Amino acid sequence: MIDGQNKSPIIRMFHVYKNYGAKKALVNITLDIPKNELLFISGPSGAGKTTLLKLLYLGEKVSEGQILIEGMNLSRISHKRIPLLRRKYGIIFQDYKLIATKTIFDNVAIVLEATGKKRRFIEKKVKSILRTVGMEESLHSFPPSLSGGEQQRIAVARAIVGDPKIILADEPTGNLDEVSANIILDLLKRFHTRGATVIIATHDKELIRKTGGRVIHLNQGYMQKTTNVESYINDSQL
Amino acid sequence: MIHNYKRAIQDIRDHRFLNSVTIITIAISILIVSSFALFFVNANDIINSWKKGIKIMVYLKPDTPETKISKLIHKIQHMDGIRDVRFISKNEAFQELKKQMKRQPSLFENLKENPLPDAFEIRLKISFQNQEKVEILATRLESFPQIDEVEYGQRWLGQFTNFFNLFRLTGYAMGGLFFIATLLIVANTIRLVLYSRRDEVEIMRLVGATDSFIKAPFYIQGLIQGAFGGIIGLATLFVGFLLLSSSMERGISPGLFAIRFLSTGAFCGIILGSTFVGWIGCYLSLKQFLK
Repeated sequence: MIDGQNKSPIIRMFHVYKNYGAKKALVNITLDIPKNELLFISGPSGAGKTTLLKLLYLGEKVSEGQILIEGMNLSRISHKRIPLLRRKYGIIFQDYKLIATKTIFDNVAIVLEATGKKRRFIEKKVKSILRTVGMEESLHSFPPSLSGGEQQRIAVARAIVGDPKIILADEPTGNLDEVSANIILDLLKRFHTRGATVIIATHDKELIRKTGGRVIHLNQGYMQKTTNVESYINDSQL
Repeated sequence: MIHNYKRAIQDIRDHRFLNSVTIITIAISILIVSSFALFFVNANDIINSWKKGIKIMVYLKPDTPETKISKLIHKIQHMDGIRDVRFISKNEAFQELKKQMKRQPSLFENLKENPLPDAFEIRLKISFQNQEKVEILATRLESFPQIDEVEYGQRWLGQFTNFFNLFRLTGYAMGGLFFIATLLIVANTIRLVLYSRRDEVEIMRLVGATDSFIKAPFYIQGLIQGAFGGIIGLATLFVGFLLLSSSMERGISPGLFAIRFLSTGAFCGIILGSTFVGWIGCYLSLKQFLK
């Protein structure tokens, strides 16, 4: 039995395959992710970590198998409902993906604007979130004027401003120094504590060790192991 | 909606150069197409004013008896399209000719008899003042045995009208081509804007923005570009029109033609048309880009 199946799953994957032509990116992944879980997807580069996250937010479509998000079958979802699916997520990328021509405020506000929230609410909420990530002073700055760590904090703010049920973070500390990485990690842990399901794809063992939670290990598209952090750290083969 | 307008205005500010190129392209196309329209409107007015003067002259064979002339007048008056028939006797015509050529009396001194024939001057109803109907009527008149010759001075007008209609067709074809060319340029420019913002569009999609939320400011931009392009194009045409009409007033042909600018309806139609071009150009590129 896979760990985590004792709580009600928010994400279910059944025999999921993803192929890019002849290349197999993911092979026969079956996985339940319960609500409010902190899950790490580990593995070396090219293991399929990013692909797995992309399948969840429909950045890519599965080649075979089924994915259910809160009962919503991603194989049958209509084009019109994709934005509704994505509003369940807050996504954090290794390269931040901030809009360079927009201010920090606008970069974060875009999530709420896209969902049709009122201007007054947006202003209040964005300022509050920027305070949470310690970036309230940079409201009117533009992303290129900030350091990598600061930009990633903005990316985290953007990910959490819509109060999503699931946070997907793809190598969130990959480009950061230790201090900045710790800040990002603390923010993710805080959000997990508040009830969100947090899925972090990383190859950074130290990050996993410091955080705790469940770990699934991918290698060349295969799910090799699902374990807890202690076992993962002690397993010299991983 | 107001928010979308603000986003569109901000986008125009952020991409001033590309937007200016689009507006100028639309303006030039509108200028060319509306120049054609202006020419057609005025040429049409002139032709119509000439057409209003269409009359048929019917010359009778010599020595046609008066009784037959009366019967002929009666018959002609009851033909379709005839407004009135005026009999001009050869003596009356001769006196009129003498009056017109009173400075050359010597021309008439050696004439032993009046060389002019009796004639009818026939005016037509408005509905018959076109080339085809005049020709049909002339053929019917020529079939009367007492009639020697039928003439309508505006025979050349028919040929000119045919030529003008051909020119009008060319104008429509050119207008169509300019429409397509403008459409492609607008679509391409907006595609460039979209391409320069592909990361932004991608991020918006990832945070759950719907396609309509992403598209709205682009459509508004397209409408603004189209409307501005149309206004600039027509304003330029109006300046050109003022210069041309004032120079015509001053000397080229004073009083000969009174040229007029496009009507308010045509003006609004062209602005709406150019706005539509902006919108549809946007639609084409967005459809392809957001597949």
